[in-house]
Amino acid sequence: MFEVILFLIPSSLIIIGALIVIFAKNPVHNAMGLVMTLVSIAIIYITLNATFVAMVQMLVYAGAVMTLFLFVIMMIGVDKKEQSKESIKGQTFLVSGVFLILISTLVYVAISSEFRWDLWFDAVEFTVEGTPQLIAGTLFTSWIFPFEIISILLIVATAAAIALAYDTQRKKEDA
Amino acid sequence: MSTELIIAIIKANIALAVLLTNTILLIWFERKLVAGMQSRVGPDRAGPFGLLQTVADAVKLLLKEQILPLKADRAMYLLAPIIALVPSFLIFMVIPLGPDFEINWSDQIYTIQLVGADLNVGVLYFLAVSSIAVYSVVLAGWSSGSKYPLLGGVRASAQMISYEAAMGLALVPIILYSGSLSLVDIVNSQAGNLSSNIPILNSIVSFIPKWNIFPQFVAFGIFFIAAVAEVNRAPFDLVEAEQELVGGFHTEYSGFRFAMFFLAEYINMFNMCAITATFFLGGWLGPTFQNILPPIFSLIMPIIWLGLKTFALLFIFVWIRATLPRLRYDQLMELGWKRLIPMSLVWLILSSIVLGVREFGLPWS
Repeated sequence: MFEVILFLIPSSLIIIGALIVIFAKNPVHNAMGLVMTLVSIAIIYITLNATFVAMVQMLVYAGAVMTLFLFVIMMIGVDKKEQSKESIKGQTFLVSGVFLILISTLVYVAISSEFRWDLWFDAVEFTVEGTPQLIAGTLFTSWIFPFEIISILLIVATAAAIALAYDTQRKKEDA
Repeated sequence: MSTELIIAIIKANIALAVLLTNTILLIWFERKLVAGMQSRVGPDRAGPFGLLQTVADAVKLLLKEQILPLKADRAMYLLAPIIALVPSFLIFMVIPLGPDFEINWSDQIYTIQLVGADLNVGVLYFLAVSSIAVYSVVLAGWSSGSKYPLLGGVRASAQMISYEAAMGLALVPIILYSGSLSLVDIVNSQAGNLSSNIPILNSIVSFIPKWNIFPQFVAFGIFFIAAVAEVNRAPFDLVEAEQELVGGFHTEYSGFRFAMFFLAEYINMFNMCAITATFFLGGWLGPTFQNILPPIFSLIMPIIWLGLKTFALLFIFVWIRATLPRLRYDQLMELGWKRLIPMSLVWLILSSIVLGVREFGLPWS
């Protein structure tokens, strides 16, 4: 019973947050909806014993990425009317098409299983905990090569960003 | 209802009571201290030594009118003070206040940990929750619909992100030294005294407790500076610089909502000092005088030690506030990105080399 409550509250918050992201008119409200979704996902991770993933989710997405989003939104300003023009050609058509396919798949599955859903899984005793030791052990032994490549990629991206920003600054000073 | 749930509820209520009473004490402590440093008397009318001044102020704020600015974004304006308070209470839950103890109740022995929750990712939890606190300042600044709070909010988001990086990097050597992310284990790893392989050095060093501050003094310095910046205290209080930004992000707040920001600031300050004491000063460790004092006294001795260490750090916080002038915005950013972060990276590499040599020996031997 306890697990069900612990699942229902964050999962409904995820959906509400996602709806806010889509339907809210104000960019700051959209961003806060996304924060709500990300934090609720972190809570779901905790209930699944993946504490390390949950904390990284909070730290990186909710803590750093979304703060930068808000920072940018506030820097640009939110007073302008939101652009409702389609930026991709046939955007509405594509999105509603995908949505229709999704809904019809769901309806098909529901009808073909004759509404006999087995949503109540038996309680499973967790033997594996998502501890940092476990993740580090795998990451720094079997996955060390991809890990290093990703770190090089990130450094290249950071250096490129700095180089680009520095270049424009110098040109302005010359002019 | 299971016993675990009852224990958890009791713990949460105790945390609430401790933090609220503590804030009353802390505000009085700061005002008295600053007054003393500036040759003033400070609060001395309400209660003995003016101790009840904060209570009087809180009652006044409760009874005041709460203004909702015309141009404010209603939902976010009301949400911001709540977001400010929640993380400050959450951080307190992972600070270990003392060793485990057992109580015998209706023929069953319960082991109770004097910590809200002993997480195996406690350090990351602390960093994650304190990064959530940024939202309150940013949202309060933006949603007020006024220019000074907005400037304060933009400053806050930049400042808190930059100093969080330095803070996290300064904690990595501590994690390496204690070999755990759990705050309880970090405290336990600091038990005992320092030792050395060289006999002469050993005789000098063996009197010093094995606190992380002694081998990790640089990390302590970086962490402490970042902690002051993270809770937006002087000299890093650009977020609410009175001379430039009126009141900063909480200019448009009044009544109890303002009190919530105020409360959150002081709880954060206390939490930050308690966390610093836990990471660097051995937390609740200290002599308990088990044979001299009655048993109940030696049981609460660890809590007293943690309190003393925390208030010693808080004294430094207030001392800094009373003496140092505020940094300019570009100086603040430069200190964070160009000094603290490179310094903590270098220190991290140095301590990993030392640890590696200690563990595996020199590479050529």
